[in-house]
Amino acid sequence: MKNQSVKKNIDWICVIIYSTLVIMGWLNIFSSSLSSTEDTYQKQLIFIAFTIPLIFVILAVDGKFYEKYASVIYVVGLLSLAGLFVFGKTIKGQTNWYSFGSFGVQPSEFVKTATALAIAKYMSDSQINLKDTNKQIQVLAILGLPILLIVPHDPGSALIYTIFLIVLYREGLPAWYIWTGFIAITLFIFTLVFEPQYVILMALIAIIIVYWRSRLANRNIIASGIIFTLISGFVLSVNYVFENVFKQHHRDRFNILLGKSVDLKGIGYNTNQSEIAIGSGGWFGKGFLEGTQTKGGFVPEQHTDYIFTTVGEEWGFVGSLVVIALFVTLFLRIIFLAERQKTKFSRVYGYCCAGILFIHFFVNIAMVIGIFPTIGVPLPFFSYGGSGLWGFTILLFIFLKMDANKVNEW
Amino acid sequence: MRKLLLPSIIIVAASLLLIRIFYLQVINDTFKLKSENNAIKIKYEYPERGYIYDRHGKLLVANQASYDIMVIPREIKNLDTLELCQLLDISKEEFLKKIAKAKVYSPRLPSVFLPQLNKSEYAAFQEKIRKFEGFYVQKRSLRDYEVDFGANIFGFITQVNDGIIKSNSYYKSGDLIGKQGVEQYYEDILRGVKGVKYFLKDKYNREIGSYKNGKYDTIAVQGEDINLTIDAEIQRYGEQLMINKRGGIVAIEPKTGEILALVTAPSYDPGILVGRQRSKNYTLLYNDSIAKPLYDRGLLAEYPPGSPFKILTGLVALQEGVIDENFTVFCRHGFSYARGRFMRCHCHGGALQLHRGIYESCNAYFGTAYMKTINKYVKPSYAVDVWSSHVKSFGLGQYMGYDLPTGRKGSIPTSKTYKRIYPNGGWRSTAIVSNSIGQGEVLATPIQLANMMATIANKGYYYTPHIIKKIKGEKIDPKFKIKHETTIDKKYFEPIISGLFDVYNLGTARGLKVDGIDICGKTGTAENFARIDGKKVQLEDHSIFVAFAPKDNPKIAIAVLVENGGFGATIAGPIASLMIEKYLRKKITRTDLEKRILEKSLRSEYAKLGGMAEASSIETTPKDSVSKYKEVKTNSAVDTTKKKIN
Repeated sequence: MKNQSVKKNIDWICVIIYSTLVIMGWLNIFSSSLSSTEDTYQKQLIFIAFTIPLIFVILAVDGKFYEKYASVIYVVGLLSLAGLFVFGKTIKGQTNWYSFGSFGVQPSEFVKTATALAIAKYMSDSQINLKDTNKQIQVLAILGLPILLIVPHDPGSALIYTIFLIVLYREGLPAWYIWTGFIAITLFIFTLVFEPQYVILMALIAIIIVYWRSRLANRNIIASGIIFTLISGFVLSVNYVFENVFKQHHRDRFNILLGKSVDLKGIGYNTNQSEIAIGSGGWFGKGFLEGTQTKGGFVPEQHTDYIFTTVGEEWGFVGSLVVIALFVTLFLRIIFLAERQKTKFSRVYGYCCAGILFIHFFVNIAMVIGIFPTIGVPLPFFSYGGSGLWGFTILLFIFLKMDANKVNEW
Repeated sequence: MRKLLLPSIIIVAASLLLIRIFYLQVINDTFKLKSENNAIKIKYEYPERGYIYDRHGKLLVANQASYDIMVIPREIKNLDTLELCQLLDISKEEFLKKIAKAKVYSPRLPSVFLPQLNKSEYAAFQEKIRKFEGFYVQKRSLRDYEVDFGANIFGFITQVNDGIIKSNSYYKSGDLIGKQGVEQYYEDILRGVKGVKYFLKDKYNREIGSYKNGKYDTIAVQGEDINLTIDAEIQRYGEQLMINKRGGIVAIEPKTGEILALVTAPSYDPGILVGRQRSKNYTLLYNDSIAKPLYDRGLLAEYPPGSPFKILTGLVALQEGVIDENFTVFCRHGFSYARGRFMRCHCHGGALQLHRGIYESCNAYFGTAYMKTINKYVKPSYAVDVWSSHVKSFGLGQYMGYDLPTGRKGSIPTSKTYKRIYPNGGWRSTAIVSNSIGQGEVLATPIQLANMMATIANKGYYYTPHIIKKIKGEKIDPKFKIKHETTIDKKYFEPIISGLFDVYNLGTARGLKVDGIDICGKTGTAENFARIDGKKVQLEDHSIFVAFAPKDNPKIAIAVLVENGGFGATIAGPIASLMIEKYLRKKITRTDLEKRILEKSLRSEYAKLGGMAEASSIETTPKDSVSKYKEVKTNSAVDTTKKKIN
């Protein structure tokens, strides 16, 4: 009886887009695996097969379960991250795996969902107003804990969590968080491109202009001084962090992106090869299994983080457009569904769901086409890997279950 | 409002991605190109060059396998430079220079690192090739010369230069091309067409299959074999006779225009321009600006022909009707053609008719005949043009259109020439009388003189001289089958030929008569000057001789030029008669004469010109001095012609 209502009420648009993306992903993994000896496409097929029972379980679980146990799930997630320090397995310089024989599980892929649940739960528990500084600190703490645990292993993935700020903004987080974030990112990039002293000089000029142009009553020499000090401090610390805390490969990634160093054989190889592969696709691509770059295995990690290069090379601009359009449709559909939720919990969760999927999508493709530094973030539903696929599937279907359930709540 | 932030970010971000992807895929073309360079490997299959045979089917030029070490600079990894240098016997500086040069050409395309290894060098390298990532071996076929003569005829094979690569898309870096001689002229035929195979490669540069199932692949087409009109025997003999002399010999078969021999001296063994010593030897030859071993004197040496030109002066005068056989001139060891102007003559003097005028080579006779020809018309400019067109109908004063890549027009003056020299006009026959005896403004190359003799032998026609006899599967250019008629009537040739015949019986070449062969010939002498230490010095005359034989059924026409050889009958004459005897009789009866010519050296005369120091290494022992590439020697078939009389 209950299952039938799920079948009736589930948002089939999302399900169809999801299935299409998964199948397209698999076809591209199949193509890219022809150049390697690994049987990645077979493994991925097994992972895909496992999503079916997984989805049934998620849909079968009572709708209230996730809200009720959100905190527990969150704590388990944090513990699984903390456990990496002891039991983690290091693969490609990142200790973010648990190894079970030949199988590995990446807890960070699931912690995103757990964090989303925790934040949704927090926001729904009381009549929380994010104008309140205490509440802001609390919600940022929920967000901050997993980030702190992830940064040591994989600083790039921590970036994913910034999307929660935008979700929280929807729920009333003051705009200056967004602005601060925006200014911080701008300063960060400026500091890397130009010398720090010039950036500080530019900031000083900007502040003086703002001060000059404001009305006399609003002129506050002390506030301006504090802002300037903060900016200078930030710029200098960015420079310090970049030079002293970042590892060489992180620095290289930024330097390549900023055009400061060109080394097409070494560290710049990945991006250069992925640009070549995508660029050679033209309007309609070279056709399925016809990609010369794909066959030649020129693009490293093509089946995982660089899977989009296969789309670009073999399916061309048209194929890329279709894939991007599918993703965007899915995101907007989820946001649309979130907005019509009856409970705040499921609305916040829906937003988180759309946000997490979107930031993966954007960072991944931006990296592949060379407008973002190399950060190991998978393309949702496309990239090879069980943890990723299951993590995103769970994230999406928990929301689809909530959405299907809302009718029952009446 | 806050609801709109995330959707807006999504849409803006997605558009940003699409714009960038659109730029990469549709607007910017460079990635497509990079992809091809990246993933497609082109392999060439070089066909064997066609063989070259002589007119009797004797093999002159064949092929041998050679191996070029190629390098793709980008793919060099973990290289033990020292080991490579030792293995290939090159210095570190050379290594660095070669790598730098390869990088300039292209870091990702193959260029030749070290050309033309022989088999044993190749084997040694091949054993260790795994150690040298980025290097591989390209097999090519190189020339294997079966004879040690004919270098000027064959030309040589060399790597294409950047200019050719840019202008002709067929050639890629490291490809070989024919330079000079028939290798250049018949490049397209001898070369064949190289085959191309496209392979897909992976990031390790391994082949992973053919590209588009070989849709764009082509098969190599073998080069065609060719037969030259050259007679190997007299070519070799001519080169021997010219040892220690400078000059050229051209022999033509009058009935067909086929070039039987084309000798230039000094020359070199074609085998020295093969193999790793090639560039060293080539530089040596190229830099010898005095002896000029790469300069084909048979085709390029323009000199005033001297006395042989009197034949044409006589023929034109006969044709114009200003003289006949019995026209008589009284020679006072010269003649006074204008007030105070006297042309000296070495003949015995007295009253001469045409016949004796020829065999005694009387200047007075032909000077007079020429002035009568010019004075026939009111305007000397018109008369000169009439004379000029008669002379040009013998192929002089123009490019002849033969099938070799170099040549000179020579010079036969026309009214325009004199308008330039005398812009105010007022010149008369007296001003140009030296033309009558092949001086003045007249210039001709040995091949033009040989063709002139062929035309006289034919009594008034010639075929354009050519060196190609047969191209397998293809007819030779029809232009070599076109008969060129002169403007002189056939009947006027008879008295001239009988005069030329008596040159051997009564005239300047009496001592050169060959028993049993009726030769018609004419001596010649060309004055020449050189600037030594800033002073104009008259050097020993160039010795010239032209001839054809036998008189009644001519089989060979020949022109011989020996620089600074003196009077025509001293060196050029004997060489011509020995060549004729060798060709017609296959053996030499006058061994004394042969010995004298073979031993005759003009080196002391040439020493006056300087430059002997550099030239000596090639000239002293003309063939074997430059160390020959050992592989060539062992590979080439045992050939009796290699036994040089030195």
